[in-house]
Amino acid sequence: MTEHLPILQIIVPLISAPVCVLLRRKMLTWAFSLMVSLAVLCMAAMLLQQVLESGPISYALGNWSAPWGIEYRVDVVNAFVLLLVSIIGAVVLLYAPSSVAKEIPHDRHYLFYTAYLLCLTGLLGITITGDAFNVFVFLEISALSSYMLISLGEDRRALTAAYQYLVMGTIGATFILIGIGLMYMMTGTLNMADLSSRLPSMHGSRTILVAFAFLIVGMSLKLALFPLHMWLPNAYCYAPSVVTAFLASTATKVSIYVFLRFVFTIFGVDFAFENLSLSTFLLPLSLIGIFVASTVAIFQTDIKRLLAYSSIAQIGYIMLGVGLVSATSLTGSIVHLFNHAMMKGGLFLAVGCIMLRIGSVDLADWQGLGRRMPVTMAAFVLCGLSLIGVPMTVGFVSKWYLILAALEQGLWPVALLVLMSSLLAVIYIWRVVETAYFQAPADGAAKVKEAPFLMQVSMWILTGATLFFGVSTSLTVGVAQRAAEWLLGGSQ
Amino acid sequence: MNPGLYNYWIVIVLMMIGFYATIARGNLIKKIIGLNIFQTSVFYLYISMGKVSGGTAPIVGDGITSYSNPLPHVLILTAIVVGVATTALGLALVVRINEAYGTIEEDDIFSQDQAS
Amino acid sequence: MNPSTAILVALVLPMLGALLISLTGSRPNLRESVTLATGGILFLVVASIVPSVLDGGRPEVEVLEVMPGLALAFKVEPLGMLFSLVASGLWIVTSLYAIGYMRGHHEKNQTRFYVFFAVAISAALGVAFARNMFTLFIFYEMLTLSTYPLVTHHRSEDAKRSGRIYMGILMSTSIGLLLLGMIWTWHLTGTLEFTPGGILEGKASSTIIGVLLALYAFGTGKAALMPFHRWLPAAMVAPTPVSALLHAVAVVKAGVFTVMKVVVYLFGTDLLSSTGLSIWLMYVAGATILIGSLVALTKDNLKARLAYSTISQLSYIVLGAALANDWGVIGGSMHIAMHAVGKITLFFCAGAIMVASHKTEISDMAGIGRTMPVTMVAFFIGAVSVIGLPPMGGSWSKWYLALGAADAHQNILVAVLMISSLLNIAYLMPIVARAFFIAPNEPPEHEGIHEAPVLCVVALCLTAAGCVGLFFYAGDLYRLLMPIVQP
Repeated sequence: MTEHLPILQIIVPLISAPVCVLLRRKMLTWAFSLMVSLAVLCMAAMLLQQVLESGPISYALGNWSAPWGIEYRVDVVNAFVLLLVSIIGAVVLLYAPSSVAKEIPHDRHYLFYTAYLLCLTGLLGITITGDAFNVFVFLEISALSSYMLISLGEDRRALTAAYQYLVMGTIGATFILIGIGLMYMMTGTLNMADLSSRLPSMHGSRTILVAFAFLIVGMSLKLALFPLHMWLPNAYCYAPSVVTAFLASTATKVSIYVFLRFVFTIFGVDFAFENLSLSTFLLPLSLIGIFVASTVAIFQTDIKRLLAYSSIAQIGYIMLGVGLVSATSLTGSIVHLFNHAMMKGGLFLAVGCIMLRIGSVDLADWQGLGRRMPVTMAAFVLCGLSLIGVPMTVGFVSKWYLILAALEQGLWPVALLVLMSSLLAVIYIWRVVETAYFQAPADGAAKVKEAPFLMQVSMWILTGATLFFGVSTSLTVGVAQRAAEWLLGGSQ
Repeated sequence: MNPGLYNYWIVIVLMMIGFYATIARGNLIKKIIGLNIFQTSVFYLYISMGKVSGGTAPIVGDGITSYSNPLPHVLILTAIVVGVATTALGLALVVRINEAYGTIEEDDIFSQDQAS
Repeated sequence: MNPSTAILVALVLPMLGALLISLTGSRPNLRESVTLATGGILFLVVASIVPSVLDGGRPEVEVLEVMPGLALAFKVEPLGMLFSLVASGLWIVTSLYAIGYMRGHHEKNQTRFYVFFAVAISAALGVAFARNMFTLFIFYEMLTLSTYPLVTHHRSEDAKRSGRIYMGILMSTSIGLLLLGMIWTWHLTGTLEFTPGGILEGKASSTIIGVLLALYAFGTGKAALMPFHRWLPAAMVAPTPVSALLHAVAVVKAGVFTVMKVVVYLFGTDLLSSTGLSIWLMYVAGATILIGSLVALTKDNLKARLAYSTISQLSYIVLGAALANDWGVIGGSMHIAMHAVGKITLFFCAGAIMVASHKTEISDMAGIGRTMPVTMVAFFIGAVSVIGLPPMGGSWSKWYLALGAADAHQNILVAVLMISSLLNIAYLMPIVARAFFIAPNEPPEHEGIHEAPVLCVVALCLTAAGCVGLFFYAGDLYRLLMPIVQP
């Protein structure tokens, strides 16, 4: 069975999705989805272990060998992302029932789980595939299901947010499609490994340049690089808490993976950075994105919107690492993929717990929450400290590598800017801390219990991960280093 | 017969029409129509690039030696399905937005949100 | 218990204590006993490491490797030994004082107070025992975070505002400057281990080493080097036990300890004295000494005056480090202990006065020596130590610092030290004089002697005795510290 792991990773959640439609009953669909997500998690862990021991895995679908058939190719980079997506998928699903019960109409719960599994399938598929067009297909699968998930939010603005995301996401995906088409036109192949061996001889071709441009813009839109980030705040803000937690931790991360795969593996470092100096494009945009997003976050009163802008800033950090193009900086970026997912996941889960109990995510209603919901606020503060980059949390580890990378290249202004932006994070996290701990609860505030047990477990799993992986970094940093070297080595 | 590059020109024109409609039009349904035109232009790009001079449709038949490349056709079938699904989802959202806001004009929706 | 285990026990014990304190919160007497017991055991554990260090041993323990090449590890050397003894010893005394003060002042949320106090002590010990800059930075940040709830204990608008200044300055300097310096050092040398003789020799040009020194010196916001000193007076909004221990002993001493440790073990005194790269730091420290004392003169609020006095005194230690010669380092290091004991006495007295008579402004404190003689005598003793006159301990550290300045041919700085002593007299002695020799403005509330709660008085007597005792035990301190400059 282990030789079919790559395809099982996709088939299991894919088939389970329509089964959920058949199952109908709320708790049954949830339990079933949870089982599926745990199975997916086991498979991802097994794949990562296999890749770490024996190198990349190549799986030909239907025994049609590459480059004519579709190939699934698992190497260190995507095994890591697979693991990340499945961890988040499982943890958030564990958390789901009570939150979903509060925020989504009861007759739609089974549809929620169906779309969730489809989204999970799509994200896993994007990550595992070794075929360029397959990326587009799974990209659309995950995108469509996420539009649907977002539209399930209570506020009517969830609908317009989903619509806006649909329009922008489709434009982005279509740009990627154009890029893939142009590449196919010149090389005659869609297999990633084959493309990477054929493209170097065509570096002067204008078609390839245009293909690259379309791909970069399309991917930047999906990963919310400034200034193509406009869909993100509304989408995260108005979606149900569970959806926000899931998407914030996975969707943009997988898009960043796609970016890494196309730029480093398919096109190669020489083409992208030496010929075309992609860094000149990435570095300023990432830095501006970090500062603008962090500054806007400071002025938000809606906590989910605050965290959404914070996410845009964190994506800026990751793209900054990509733009610096060194083993150290890529290690920082890849480890931040993982770390940010843990931090933001924990934060959004905490917000969901609070939403469940007090029904609001507006900062003004969070007065005195430190006293009313101490455990949840403690988790929020811990994840917030990780965002700031306090040592012994994961945020510190990522920042260390990014700053080290900047200093290694003599770019001390970049290092200074990264550090200054951490101070902006201090401001917006501290606003929440002060409101929760320094202001007495409002007069009419009801006494609230802490969130239900399962929600707390999930939240603390992710919060614990931000602390654990900040102290014991051998797994995350070790894998990230190998992944960075792999990407830069330009191997198949 | 040298076809020149006129297929690419058509692709570009359609792409720009679609893109413009998506961005410039305030009516939500018109945006979706624009999106469709935009996606269709990409379909033409793929299919026209798959045409082999003198080749016929890629269906096996007796006595035919030259076929157009079937792969782009296959890819576009997939992309069309994706496009249909996107359109369906988009239109469903528009129906719900209409129920919630009473309008499908972007400006009216925006002003309603500002007011609340 | 062998020294390596003792290190780990010393770090974990206060955290366990914090846990126990939070569990016994509903029974105040039990809770207080936990605090005192933890403090007592902790001091014994820390003291048990002393013989090994005096013999030349450097007990160490590595906990885990956080990132490749960066380990969470501890190693005790004389400077760290001194700081840990000061912190753990004074914790017991402060706990006694805090019990008296918090009950006498009817403070709320006492459990939270004792819990974070214990965590802060653990963090201070982590700083003291750190084997490399990475570990030190971790515990340095932990110290900032664990003292924030203490500084903002009253949760008032004032506390919130002061908390912002506190966090703002400390986090900005540590993240913006210290972390940058640390990563840069790592990039240049590939290590962050504290090594006798320093690690930066020959690794970078003089300009870069100069910039690095600036990053470390200003990045250590807890050393209150001007212009990053504003957090100290802002932190005075905290209850007096917090001001006493944390801002006369643990937090500020962690700051100057870091500067001293960085200068001696990362840069190396030879590198700095031969290249003269720390001369600018001597003058910044000198300026802070003078300006701090001058501002202290203008303050009528007793705690504010003591805060600026602390800012000024801390720069003595920074000056000692910047002199980068034997006498300077010894004098500065000794001053860590001398100033701690002296200043804590002064703060204890300030708090005692507040609890007993509700007075905070010096101009109201006329004649208070009649109603609170024990307190004011202790204040006098502490003041003499801070001023640096025999027979109090502070005289020794000042003496060595002056020697160090003369040795480095920095005559201006010798003058600064002398002028500063005069200024110290000017802002401390009038308080004592006013208390004893001027009749009170209005008749006192209570006839006869009305001291602060007994535990407070016991505590301040103990520390005042410490000031005197350190004069005679300075020789032992000297023996402990010698290996730093002559390994």
